[in-house]
Amino acid sequence: MTSYAIEAEGLQKSFGETKALKGVDLYAAPGTVHAVLGPNGAGKTTSVRILATLTKADAGWARIGGYDVAKQAEKVRATIGLTGQYASVDEDLTGTENLELIGRLLDLSKRDARARAAELLEWFDLTEAAKRSAKTYSGGMRRRLDLAASLVGRPAVIFLDEPTTGLDPAKREDMWGVVRRLVAEGSTVMLTTQYLEEADALADEVTVIDRGQVIAHDTPLGLKRVVGGQRLTVQPLDPARLAEAAALLQQVSGNKAESPRTGVVSVPVKDDAALTEAVARLSAAGIGVTELSLHLPSLDEVFFSLVGRRAGDDRPAAQTPGDRTPGDKTPADQTPGERADTESSTPVAV
Amino acid sequence: MTAITADPVGATTVSTKPFKVIRHSAALAKRSLLKTMRTPEALLDVTLQPVIFLLLFTYVFGGAIAGSQKTYLQYLLPGILAQTIAMSATAIGVNMNTDISKGVFDRFRSLPIARSAPLVGAVLADFVRYALVAVITLTVGYAMGFRIHTNPLEAGAALLIAVAFALAMSWVSVFLGMVARTPGAVQGIMILVVLPLSFGSNTFVQTGTLPGWLQGFVKVNPITHLAGVSRGLFLGGPVADHMLWTFVWIIGLTAVFMPLALRAYGRKV
Repeated sequence: MTSYAIEAEGLQKSFGETKALKGVDLYAAPGTVHAVLGPNGAGKTTSVRILATLTKADAGWARIGGYDVAKQAEKVRATIGLTGQYASVDEDLTGTENLELIGRLLDLSKRDARARAAELLEWFDLTEAAKRSAKTYSGGMRRRLDLAASLVGRPAVIFLDEPTTGLDPAKREDMWGVVRRLVAEGSTVMLTTQYLEEADALADEVTVIDRGQVIAHDTPLGLKRVVGGQRLTVQPLDPARLAEAAALLQQVSGNKAESPRTGVVSVPVKDDAALTEAVARLSAAGIGVTELSLHLPSLDEVFFSLVGRRAGDDRPAAQTPGDRTPGDKTPADQTPGERADTESSTPVAV
Repeated sequence: MTAITADPVGATTVSTKPFKVIRHSAALAKRSLLKTMRTPEALLDVTLQPVIFLLLFTYVFGGAIAGSQKTYLQYLLPGILAQTIAMSATAIGVNMNTDISKGVFDRFRSLPIARSAPLVGAVLADFVRYALVAVITLTVGYAMGFRIHTNPLEAGAALLIAVAFALAMSWVSVFLGMVARTPGAVQGIMILVVLPLSFGSNTFVQTGTLPGWLQGFVKVNPITHLAGVSRGLFLGGPVADHMLWTFVWIIGLTAVFMPLALRAYGRKV
């Protein structure tokens, strides 16, 4: 029998008239990272809240480390650590006091609570700010303190609800490092994210949910196989040379170039070797560029491939190709580092 | 540390040991006190406010209302003391609402602690507020010339009854804290409740001086009875009638608002 660290079947939840979850199944093996990928309002947070015993499901069941979230909530709470979407630290307390309080609530002795707090503050690079009240912390520091607070009890299962939303790319890398270390130490991590890039970087398996339903469950590789690999995007300095650049990219990749927005061409490529070649050819042809980037298919593109419509768009995209514009982004998702991931790609004749 | 194994036997042994609840509640009460020390302005209602009332009413209105400041201070202080303690329960609902809206409450709920611990911790921390009111009001009052005419035991009983009333009011405050959308809303509603009760009572003036229709309200107002008990126990005189009505109110408020508050709390927890 396979034992899962996290397993949930048929989770349903309504808030008034709104059906937030319409039967979600989730599984994660011990010692793995499981990413729950989906746009805003897909049901990611609701799923995590049910698994973390904060919300009761209307139907379905879930077990964490073998404990039923509804019937053995206290056992589940002793097993998990939860870091919410909004940093839930006490702003009036210092970093140390926040962590020591959690330690005391987890029945650590005073001395152990203090030692664990110091250890975590050190790990999360907060030692210097340890004696300052958390209201003086930057957003990134609060996130780290919040994460540290969820790790005080060395939980076997850790839920991270959009841990990197709003963080700049460097801070995001740091957070990824933390997740990798947690898994290396044996924990199971379930994280929700809006970024395919993040799921790809961290997850062993990915569940894609949309409007309260699972629409795909696969490894990141498997998902990308559905969607297609990386894309190379070029914006020539001189818009008049767009067609020339497009022809060049087609030669490099062997794929047809598309124009996701005015003045930009992009092609699917097999690996990053294409980038070097494209740079060499563009410079040989004397085409100056204002943008040259290699990126993974965006969540938008995953959705487009899986359900035939844009994330957050109610219309089936296949029927209304002309309506898709570069403005078709899910709002509030945009961090500076994510720009390249959210370009739509309307095919045009180049 | 990381073993994840199903434990079919441990299923029903959820630990609800009372000492664990007390320890967790104490840890959370300590947190509330730390917060209070960091934001002393949150204590103005139990520190500066009774002092200002004492000074203002004694020296500005005392002569006009009672003929002399000294006489009026004797009348005023027990009432101010009792009602300030009773009304300081406003803070608990505001604080709990803040914890919910900031996500701190969710953090506590994701820990293996008793569901009641955050509530009990908040109530415990409030006793410090009550003590502050008693110490500050009596100290300033004594400096102004107030004297207890009974004995420390009866004066202590007066304070305990005020605390009992404050606990009953806490349920109103907790209930509002659970159902109101923002901490500001809790504060606003509580002030709407507290102001007419404070001033529409015999705390500041004797009931007989009021118009008839207002006397009707003052006579059923719990603060009137609480102030009456307090006056009786500090200065001597009959207290039985006021005491009876104070306890009727304490029991009534608790009977109505404790179930409402606990149900609302249970929905959040």
